[in-house]
Amino acid sequence: MVSFIAYLINGLSLGSIYAIIAIGYTMVYGIAKMLNFAHGDVIMVGAYIAFSVITTAGMPPVVGLIASMCGCMLLGICIEKIAYKPLRHAGSSLAVLITAIGVSYFLQNMALIIFTSNPKMFTSIIPMDKMTIQAGAFRIQTISLVCIAVSIVLVLLLQLFINRTRPGQAMLACSQDRGAASLMGISVNGTISLTFAIGSAMAGIAGVLLCSAYPTLSPYTGSMPGIKAFVAAVFGGIGSIPGAMIGGLLLGVIEILAKTYISSQLSDAIVFSVLIVVLLVKPTGLMGKVVQEKV
Amino acid sequence: MNNIKKTSRNNMGTIGMIIAAFVIVQILKTAGMINSQMDGLLVPLCVYATMAVSLNLVVGILGELSLGHAGFMCVGAFASAFFSKVVEQSMGTFPRFLLAILVGGAVAGVFGFLIGIPVLRLKGDYLAIVTLAFGEIIKNLMNVLYVGRDAAGLHFSIKDAASLNLMEDGEMIINGPLGITGTPFDANFVVGFLILLISTVVVLNLTNSRTGRAIMAIRDNRIAAGSVGVPITKYKMAAFTLSAVIAGCAGALYSHNLSSLIATPARFGYNMSILFLVFVVLGGIGSTRGAIIASIILTLLPEVLRFMADYRMLIYSIILIVMMIINWNPKSRAWIQKHRPGNVIRSRREASEAGKEGR
Repeated sequence: MVSFIAYLINGLSLGSIYAIIAIGYTMVYGIAKMLNFAHGDVIMVGAYIAFSVITTAGMPPVVGLIASMCGCMLLGICIEKIAYKPLRHAGSSLAVLITAIGVSYFLQNMALIIFTSNPKMFTSIIPMDKMTIQAGAFRIQTISLVCIAVSIVLVLLLQLFINRTRPGQAMLACSQDRGAASLMGISVNGTISLTFAIGSAMAGIAGVLLCSAYPTLSPYTGSMPGIKAFVAAVFGGIGSIPGAMIGGLLLGVIEILAKTYISSQLSDAIVFSVLIVVLLVKPTGLMGKVVQEKV
Repeated sequence: MNNIKKTSRNNMGTIGMIIAAFVIVQILKTAGMINSQMDGLLVPLCVYATMAVSLNLVVGILGELSLGHAGFMCVGAFASAFFSKVVEQSMGTFPRFLLAILVGGAVAGVFGFLIGIPVLRLKGDYLAIVTLAFGEIIKNLMNVLYVGRDAAGLHFSIKDAASLNLMEDGEMIINGPLGITGTPFDANFVVGFLILLISTVVVLNLTNSRTGRAIMAIRDNRIAAGSVGVPITKYKMAAFTLSAVIAGCAGALYSHNLSSLIATPARFGYNMSILFLVFVVLGGIGSTRGAIIASIILTLLPEVLRFMADYRMLIYSIILIVMMIINWNPKSRAWIQKHRPGNVIRSRREASEAGKEGR
């Protein structure tokens, strides 16, 4: 039982990282109506920035985290301006998706050239002497609790931002009807850039947390968590931030429990089966809205 | 009438191009002008070109993005290699390989059909991500599949080799993460060429048939096609399954060219599916001939430009982005339409005809 609770907390910790990534997906999908395939690789870039700042330059972890957030924010805005904006009115979701795949591939190979394929050992942002918390037979990693706490705080902040501030309301308006929003004097381009900036900054945080919990960093670090976080976003209902949170947590728990009790090799297959089952049974996800297709 | 002639002439051009390439390679081979390195590339070249034809059917003609195409190739490769291993002693090389290709294609086709049932209910981004998920699931399952054979017959397991309970004379056929070793080297350039040729002919004929036009109508406007009575699901399934069959045949060719077949991410993972997508995009989405040419160029180029090996994938990704933006950005599209030599005259003629009708 004790070990089960420890696994559950591990699952929730992994799930909260997925949740932070999934929120980035869900926000971009809600507003720009596109699947930002490169989001997972932004996480990887964020982790490399933090690695360079903390390990190579020897700065304190907080500086690394901030650098990672700022770097990712900038990267997110650049990706949007250079690769996605020219295709916004192309009228083909296939074209945008392939471009996004191209961007994802580009970031991976750029990292491969700069940092080589040798995995780097990421120093956790948690100090050495406080790595684990022990209470009798019960032992968990501090980072697990940090991940869960950070994700809860981020979701609350984001909900406040979206519901209580003018830029947040503008985002909501853009996600509902872009044309009407621009008629009301909302800058659609600015709002989309803001969305990418926030989503990518969160990816930077996720990158640091992910590599603190699983400390090997390679150019491919981001792609699997990125895809799984997309599964989480779909699971929770794409476009909904609380949905992404719940989807992420559930997916993390499913993955860790499947790894422990079923088969470590099949855990990925099980996670993807969840996606397929969700899409077949309830394509809008747990908290998504049904959108009627109009001719 | 004029239009139909043009398309069939175009198709003859594509098929002629493949045959001409084959003849030239054969002549160079007999003249001894192909070094062993190039010779080793000939079969993979056919595999990749066939995969490009197969993926082009889904992406270009059906208009749905499949990111799990390497998964179908993986199924075909394992099914055919398994078949060849089982009947290795009891059949001659030629019938065995022919049957192995058919088995590979058929099994991949069954997978394509089964996967198509849920997948094709979805659209756009969701469909792409689910095909990706299926591709990864297939790769994962192949890594935990153990099959052995002894006097009592075949044994299956998805745990480990020991739980097969093989007798002493038993041999492993599929050994989990170690895959299949010792598949007979049946593949050669002639067979590869034939597979490529047949799949190209099949796809081109399909495109120009009633079925093909229905499939393209679904691609261009699903709702409009449905409203004039095109059975959408049926045609989507047909195209998707056919594409899986072709991918399975390519996989069979691939596996019989390798001494050990392992479902590694590098061979059958997501990156491989993306590579096929690059072929299709670079060749011009929807153009079978373009896909074949692009796959050949992109397979040969890295071998010729060895010094650029590190930057190869980076360049591919840039090609992907730039091609998509040039081809799909409304402004650049308008520019291309305007400045294409043939189009200047045509658009003028159209404009004057439109003017006449207006009067």
